[in-house]
Amino acid sequence: MYTTDLRTAREKASDEAKAAKKKVVDDPALLKAFQARIDNDEVIEAKDLMPEAYRATLTRQISQHAHSEIVGMLPEGNWIGRAPTLRRKLILLAKVQDEAGHGLYLYSAAETLGTSRAEMVDQLLYGSAKYSTIFNYPTINWADIGAIGWLVDGAAITNQIPLQRCSYGPYARAMVRVCKEESFHQRQGYELITVMARGSAEQQAMAQDALDRWWWPSLMMFGPHDSDSIHGHQSAKWKIKRFSNDELRQRFIDATVSQAEAIGLRIPDPELKWNEKTEHYDIGPIDWEEFWAVVKGFGPCNRERLEARRRAHEEGAWVREAAAAYARKQSERQAAE
Amino acid sequence: MNDSMNTDWELFEVFLRAKNGLNHKHVGSVHAADTTMAIGVARDLYTRRNEGESIWVIASKDITASDPDNSDALFEPAKDKIYRHPTFYEITKEVKNM
Repeated sequence: MYTTDLRTAREKASDEAKAAKKKVVDDPALLKAFQARIDNDEVIEAKDLMPEAYRATLTRQISQHAHSEIVGMLPEGNWIGRAPTLRRKLILLAKVQDEAGHGLYLYSAAETLGTSRAEMVDQLLYGSAKYSTIFNYPTINWADIGAIGWLVDGAAITNQIPLQRCSYGPYARAMVRVCKEESFHQRQGYELITVMARGSAEQQAMAQDALDRWWWPSLMMFGPHDSDSIHGHQSAKWKIKRFSNDELRQRFIDATVSQAEAIGLRIPDPELKWNEKTEHYDIGPIDWEEFWAVVKGFGPCNRERLEARRRAHEEGAWVREAAAAYARKQSERQAAE
Repeated sequence: MNDSMNTDWELFEVFLRAKNGLNHKHVGSVHAADTTMAIGVARDLYTRRNEGESIWVIASKDITASDPDNSDALFEPAKDKIYRHPTFYEITKEVKNM
């Protein structure tokens, strides 16, 4: 799973203002030395000196990425109990467990920057932290599980592969693990939707319907067009982001169109066509109003997702307390012996 | 929400031995109430695909790390001692292997 930088312009300005208050950023010599390390392709590790804006940008990006993994379990978890065969159920369970794992790797990576996991989880549950817009769409038929693996995880992999070379070591290492596991996610999804696309007329219709609903939201996962993304260049300069939103989106489109054709599905874009000159596919316009509405909380499932996370967190409180009490008791007993 | 709900368990660093014969290697960290639980969580999190045969966990606060600011003082002196490496020495051609 992956999230783009979903900060609004106001949040970006506030990150910079926060950073400006801290002394490190005020020292141009340090900034210059830091940039020199980045330009020299050095990897930055947790205890290294870094500009506060670099720290703030990464904390925001990695925690949003972690939140996306965790919230991302919900649309798929929705189908575990209704998977059509035991094989599919085992696969889906393993995949959802992986997503939890990815969330935990990422929270760990973010924690190295100095924000506790508890604080980040609080920001998701009770604050204004964001997660990928894609998880605010519902999974209404079984083919959606195929579409998520194929398209959503496919888009995620496209984004995450270059992040393995991100300048921040702990994030890059988490991405290596995530990418290794993610390719199973995409393949199982494509296999699932292939079976349906080659099945009965009704199954074929379900597969096409899933592609129709997930195609555009998947393209939106890459974030706004480069021309509208004013802060992208700073992340590029710091080698957090190595390719632009539009470059990555194009890469995904070019790879996916032939995969759809191979199983007889139609990409829901009448303007889609191969461009001989650029050797890429051209697409029709993306509905950015829909994207920003979902970012701002007005997607089909925003409320439901957050309520489910809050409920899980609150209903699990007694387990966390019991484990802490047990650990305390054990250590007291050991001390007494 | 109450505060006790949102306190993290202690942080542990996790080391895995991929198989006997290799050393344990740092793979990441976990939060857990105690060491037993830390091993359980580490097993779920870091060995879902046969990545390990043995797990070490240690409370992160018990690790002492060198200060990156002292890196030069610590590691620079080794850099110019190339005579510590076998390739520094030229051996006569008549001797093919040493």
